[in-house]
Order: sequence, then C-alpha cells, then structure tokens
Amino acid sequence: MRALTWHGKHDVRVETVDDPEVLNPRDAIIRVTSTAICGSDLHLYDGSIPTMQKGDILGHEFMGEVVETGAASTLKKGQRVVVPFTIACGACYHCGKHQYSACDNGLPAENQDIAQVLYGQPMSGLFGYSHMTGGYAGGQAEYVRVPFSDTGPIVIPDGVDDDKVLFLSDILPTGWMAAENAGIEPGDIVAVWGCGPVGLFAVQSALLMGAERVIAIDHFPHRLELARHFGAETINFEQSSVYEALLEMTGGIGPDAVIDAVGLEAHGFFVDNVLDQIKVSTFLGTDRAHSIRQAIHACRKGGRVSMPAVYGGFIDKFPLGAFMEKGLTLRTGQTHVQHYLPGLLAAVMADKIDTTFLISHRLPLEQAADGYRLFHDHQNEVTKVVLKPGLQPA
Amino acid sequence: MDHPAHEPDHDDAPLTTSKSHDAAATARETLVDARGDVLVGKSVTINKPRDELYAFWRDFANLACFMENVERIDVVDHQRSHWVVRAPAGKTVEWDAIVTQDRPGELIAWTSAEGAQVPNSGRIEFRDAGARGTVVSATILYDPPAGAVGRVIAMMFQREPAIQARRELRRFKQLMETGEIATSARTRQQREEERG
Repeated sequence: MRALTWHGKHDVRVETVDDPEVLNPRDAIIRVTSTAICGSDLHLYDGSIPTMQKGDILGHEFMGEVVETGAASTLKKGQRVVVPFTIACGACYHCGKHQYSACDNGLPAENQDIAQVLYGQPMSGLFGYSHMTGGYAGGQAEYVRVPFSDTGPIVIPDGVDDDKVLFLSDILPTGWMAAENAGIEPGDIVAVWGCGPVGLFAVQSALLMGAERVIAIDHFPHRLELARHFGAETINFEQSSVYEALLEMTGGIGPDAVIDAVGLEAHGFFVDNVLDQIKVSTFLGTDRAHSIRQAIHACRKGGRVSMPAVYGGFIDKFPLGAFMEKGLTLRTGQTHVQHYLPGLLAAVMADKIDTTFLISHRLPLEQAADGYRLFHDHQNEVTKVVLKPGLQPA
Repeated sequence: MDHPAHEPDHDDAPLTTSKSHDAAATARETLVDARGDVLVGKSVTINKPRDELYAFWRDFANLACFMENVERIDVVDHQRSHWVVRAPAGKTVEWDAIVTQDRPGELIAWTSAEGAQVPNSGRIEFRDAGARGTVVSATILYDPPAGAVGRVIAMMFQREPAIQARRELRRFKQLMETGEIATSARTRQQREEERG
C-alpha cells in the first residue's frame, strides 16, 4: 500500500510499504477514505517529538471502510467508521470510568517504559505519534490496522459525507472536552487562546454549553474571522495587549474560564518564548508555553483553566504563585474520544455543530508531503488539509 | 501472609522497594527453600477476580504466552515444571521449578531444583482489590551468573530486571483483561521479528 512516512525534520514521503494484517482477535483493517493532517502532526514534522523512527507512518485523524475483521471484532465488512486517535481497550479500570486516554492496555508493554519514567504512569496508545505512544502505524495511508475495533470505532450511517464526520476522530471531541473542562456556567465569559481547529471547536462548544461571551485570541486574521463567524469576540495579539484587553473586556475582572488551545508551539516573540526556544534547542527544556502563562495571569480569581494544548515535558516559570493565590482550577489531558463519540455524532447529525467549514484543502494521499509543507508554511490560509487516498491528482 | 512481622522502626512499604542492602536477605526469610541473592518485585492491578487469575497462572504452561524469551514450560507433575528459555545464537537454557507453597486463589511460591544454571525462587500473590479487581504481586530472587548464561539472564531481564518484571506482569494483565497482548506491529512478519 501507499503511506506517508516520516524520515526526519521536514522530511515526509509517500512510499510503498507492506499492507497491514489482522494480528489480534479484536483487530480490524480499515481502508482509509479520508485522513487529516493535525496541528500536532506539525510537531512531528518539526522534529519536536522524541522517539520517532525513520519510516513511521503518521496520521491519527482518519476514517474509512472496514475490509477485514478479527474473530472478536464486532465490526462488519463494508461498514464505514470513524476511528478515535486514542487506542483504548475498553476493559481496564480506566476505560470502565470512561478515562479512555488513560487506558492501561492500549500501549504494548515494551512501549510503556518511557512514559513510566517521564510521567510516572504510561497513558493509552495513539495512532501515528512516536514510539512513546506505542509506535502504531497511523492513518495517512491506504489501509490501517485498528486494534480493539470492538470498542473504539463508531459506525457512520450511510449517506453521510466523510467531511461532516471525519473530525470526530480527534479535534471535535478535543474542543468539546476543552470546553467541558472549563466547567462553563451560564453567563460565563470564556477566553480561548489559539484559533486552530481545537480552539475553534472549543469556541463552538463553549457557546453551546451556555457561555454568554467567548473571546478568541490569535494573530492569524483568517482564523480570527472564523471564530467571529461562530459568535466569538476576538483579540489579535499583534494588535492589542492580551491581558489589558481581556481585563477591559470583562470590566476589570478577567475571564471566568480560560482555554489554552495553543500549547508547545506557541508563536510570537515574547521574552519567555524566546528563552524557551533557546532552552528547547539546548535540551534544557522541552516545551514553550507562553499561552498557558498568559491564560493563568488573565483568569479571574477562583476561575477555571482548561488546557487541551499538548505539552510533553517540563515548563519553566510556571506561574504557580498566581495559580495558588487566585485559587484557580486546572483540568487537562488527552481526549477521552470514545466517551464523546455517540453524543457528538448525534450533534453533527442534528446540525448543531458544523465541522466542514474548517477544511481548506483536499489533496490526494500521493500529495501528502505537499500538504505538510503547505500547512506548515501558510497557517493563516490553511486551516485543515484532508488527504483522500482515492482522489485523483488535480 | 509471609511478610515479616511489623517492627516499629520499619515503614509499611514492600521489601522490594527498600533502600536497604539486606532487603534480599530479609526477603529470603519469607520463602521456603529460597535461592538467589538479587531481589526483584512488582505489582499490577488486574480487573478480574483472583480465582481466575490464580487458575491461569497455576497452569504453568500458560505462562509462556506472555513471558518474553520463555520458549515453553512443560508441566512435569503438579509440583514440578520444566522451563525452556531462549538464549543467544539459537540456544536455550533449561531448569526445573518446584512449587513450595500453593494456596488456591491466593499464592504460589516456587524454587528452582538443585543444580539449576540460574538458581531462583519467588512467589506470586493474588489479593482482592475491590472494584479494581485483583492486585498481583511478584517477588523474585535470583542469582545472576557470569559468562554465557549471564548473558541469557541479562536478556531475560533486559537491562533492568524490575522493568522486565513489570513488562511481564503487564502482558499478563493485557491477556487477562482484553484477551490479547497489545502489539503495534503492522504485519505478522514484523511481530515475529519483535518477538525475536
């Protein structure tokens, strides 16, 4: 089959590799019909994520048709499914509590050691996202082996467009969980850092959950325009001082809840960012974190901090004093995708949430490397690249 | 249980987490016919009843399906089993293990037979953990030998014996909880290569 493989910083290639096979009873093989490039794939593209190996197949947002099933799979050939990016067993203690991204059994035992040392306990497996998260081949390919296919993938009704449901795989549930983690109460003012897909879905979700006002923060005019389209007010951090603006826009109080949807690749030339960048390049630290610092600084007293943004390592100058003195609450984590799928599929089917606005580019899988370059270099215009293995090159 | 009586100057943490150099010696006192001077111990919680876990473990032939490098385990009789472990260059090392204590649903302890190339002994315990299932704890004493056999042991326990023990227990957990052992291989050939 053809697949997008990683070879190093800014070096991804579409190559011919062996087709996947059913290896365990609960496996299924999916023929991919649509797969997206995620903002977090750019972290791999930029070489920021450790434990990658040459030849790794990327991609954790994908859907397709079931073409083969193991003896214990509950899927049937021909069904169309969206596959969660988190690989969870559905049988352990954490899955029982719907903490799917904390699944005990999604990671092969030999891949659990690094996270055991780094984080204290290993998390679930992820598709196409380094060997620390399992080394599973991802979905930017013609076919994928999907473990635990009886518990993860959600079956899509016939006649529903891929574009309408593809983002159930990651970014829609991630944006929804971000808003849920913000503990929104009616009348709240919520500030969202980052108008990438997760931030934009968090904006939509926060309003659906009863937020009175949402303030979206970014520096890409097109992305801010998309946020405004959903009813958010905006702050362009290149035009206005974010902390001052947030305080003035909330009558001197600060937002009730803040959502950091930016994370470790925060853009902009802030002093702490530049210092973080130097530390990243000298291995003194791994994460750049301007947005979470600013979010904590601006949040009102007793407010809530939600952090869907991906961090992997250690943070310097975390404003622990502000966090403690103001009595804030922080909720975060990789998304428990399986928990949110049924409800969000229903919301999409009922047209309560629109996801198709996000797709700016559709490319054949063969042009995946171009897609990465495009997404990396033009983040204002390129909001989402969807790869279609079946699409003929234009 | 076979833990030493509580002494006022000791905390409640398991011996296997002790910083003391004589922890292995103390652990030896808790085993019948203890062999081995290096102590390794790990616990894992498995979302299954302890009787079920004990029954699977007690049929020693089953252990080869989740223990890396164990080629096969032949059950000789109810007390004695014969272990065949893969070694470098297509060789194997073998020894007999004898059950020294057996409490159904609770505990199995063993020691290696006289003359084993790798003297070892240990205990696997199963304790109720309420809604979380069962805590399974392995306590292993072994003598790391020098030379070729030493390399086998290094391979069996990888670089860090405690890490290897944790991996084995996690594969056991995966098999019991999910009915399979997680692999990120894409093809049968890749999986065979990973198993060595």
